[in-house]
Amino acid sequence: MMAEPMVKAEAVHKRFGRLEVLRGVSLEVARGEVMCVIGPSGSGKSTFLRCINHLEKIDNGRLWVDGDLVGYRQHGTKLYELRDAEVATRRAEIGMVFQRFNLFPHKTALENVIEAPCIVRSVGRKEAVALAESLLDRVGLADKLASYPAQLSGGQQQRVAIARALAMNPKLMLFDEPTSALDPELVGDVLDVMRGLANDGMTMVVVTHEIGFAREVADQLVFMDEGVIVEAGDPHEVLANPQHGRTRAFLSKVL
Amino acid sequence: MVSGHDPSLASAEPDPEQITAVPVRHPGRWLAAAIVLVLAVTIAHSVATNPNFEWGLVGHFLFDSRILAGVRVTIELTICAQLLGVVLGMLVAVMRLSPNPLVSSASWLYIWFFRGTPVLVQLLFWYNIGALYHAFSFGIPFGPQFVHVGANNLITPFLTVVLALGLNEGAYMAEVVRAGIISVDDGQTEAALSLGMTRLQALRRIVLPQAMRVIIPPTGNETISMLKTTSLASVVAYVELLEATSNISSVNFRPIPLLIVASIWYLVVTSILYVGQYYLERHYARGAARELPPTPLQRLRRGVLSIAHDPIATAPDPLARPHG
Repeated sequence: MMAEPMVKAEAVHKRFGRLEVLRGVSLEVARGEVMCVIGPSGSGKSTFLRCINHLEKIDNGRLWVDGDLVGYRQHGTKLYELRDAEVATRRAEIGMVFQRFNLFPHKTALENVIEAPCIVRSVGRKEAVALAESLLDRVGLADKLASYPAQLSGGQQQRVAIARALAMNPKLMLFDEPTSALDPELVGDVLDVMRGLANDGMTMVVVTHEIGFAREVADQLVFMDEGVIVEAGDPHEVLANPQHGRTRAFLSKVL
Repeated sequence: MVSGHDPSLASAEPDPEQITAVPVRHPGRWLAAAIVLVLAVTIAHSVATNPNFEWGLVGHFLFDSRILAGVRVTIELTICAQLLGVVLGMLVAVMRLSPNPLVSSASWLYIWFFRGTPVLVQLLFWYNIGALYHAFSFGIPFGPQFVHVGANNLITPFLTVVLALGLNEGAYMAEVVRAGIISVDDGQTEAALSLGMTRLQALRRIVLPQAMRVIIPPTGNETISMLKTTSLASVVAYVELLEATSNISSVNFRPIPLLIVASIWYLVVTSILYVGQYYLERHYARGAARELPPTPLQRLRRGVLSIAHDPIATAPDPLARPHG
């Protein structure tokens, strides 16, 4: 019998007013697997990612992380929405990295990383600082502990953001176009950190435009367009031999 | 242009190293300065020589014990009423942004009522509260009551003024705080939530500290305004600074010098508030500016240093920011 997947989506729908952004997305991400999601802007890939940690509520379908329904509890045929504190507890186990970094500007790099362990998990300050120092060292920023985000380059900020997410010891990491806001020469450092995470066996869902990274690191590549999965599979297969016209059209523009 | 290989052209053009930029001249500024100076001297001369100002009396009453007591009461009223206003403002602002429609409408109603009626009218209402309610009971609504107090015993004159000014201020502060909260990027809340914080934790730890940068300047404004609004308490015969001066002038029939005394003290307290606001703003500027603005002491030290050394060497490099 197969182990339970880390993420499982079943006919997930999401509407913003009259606009249906997700129109029945189903997929599975196994433990330790890296899934890259590509697609044109407005295809719903970022929205889907945000549904996984309940930053967006889904309208239809079901979504599980590590066997737990996201944002709801099921009793019989009814889904009961979870309370704020319960949602927060689930979210604490899922790391998220944003396109615009979203570091806390009034806190130093070190303070950004220790904030959640101290506040959410009530970890002692000393212990949190030791953890944060080792994480910032791991992303190559051991000399930037006392810097405020405004004093860091975009690539450095994004690496602090990754360390901040890792400080909660997540079982799943979500990346929402982590390199799209970076100058080209800074992209490599961030991708290196992500590659290292993947090699360490972290389960990752990465929305990205870095086709090269997807080809090299992803176990599964998903191409989304207009709120549905058009094509999914082994990245080498999908990139070298796309089965769908829309995939071919998209890849011809980005490759 | 032809390049400078031709020696005849090179001699016509000055050495590029010697070309200097001349800033535009501002003769208008000198003219304006002269006009302002003449006006200022005229006013100062008239104020100093007009005997009706009675500067001698101003000096005599400036440190009068009755005046100083009034200053103290004014400061106490300002602090208590503004504190009440800030606390209420925070509460009402958070309620206003609540997803619960009942809670947000209640806060809307509060703001509507207290901003929509003159503060003087509100003060007179509180002053006459004894005519509205003779007594207050504390207990379970429509159930047993535990404490029963007469209105005039519960609501002292001091409390009347603090309640009237504080409740009114709360409505204004609510809008100030709300402006601060919505000025913080939604991404900050999302990042906090994604780390497992609850909405309240995200608000308290992440959003409010950043909102403070927007909240503090208008709050300083409100505090200074509050300092002067406390003079309305004189209408209900509560002895604060203005009432203390008019108590004296009603005896000696010299209102002008005593109004000057009051003005001087209002200016003194306002100036102290300026200093407090400067340091508060500096505290919450952490992370927003790469370098905190210098304190006056640091500025003085830096000024002395830059005279002693080459000013260019000590000035911070404006291009030192890394790019992302």
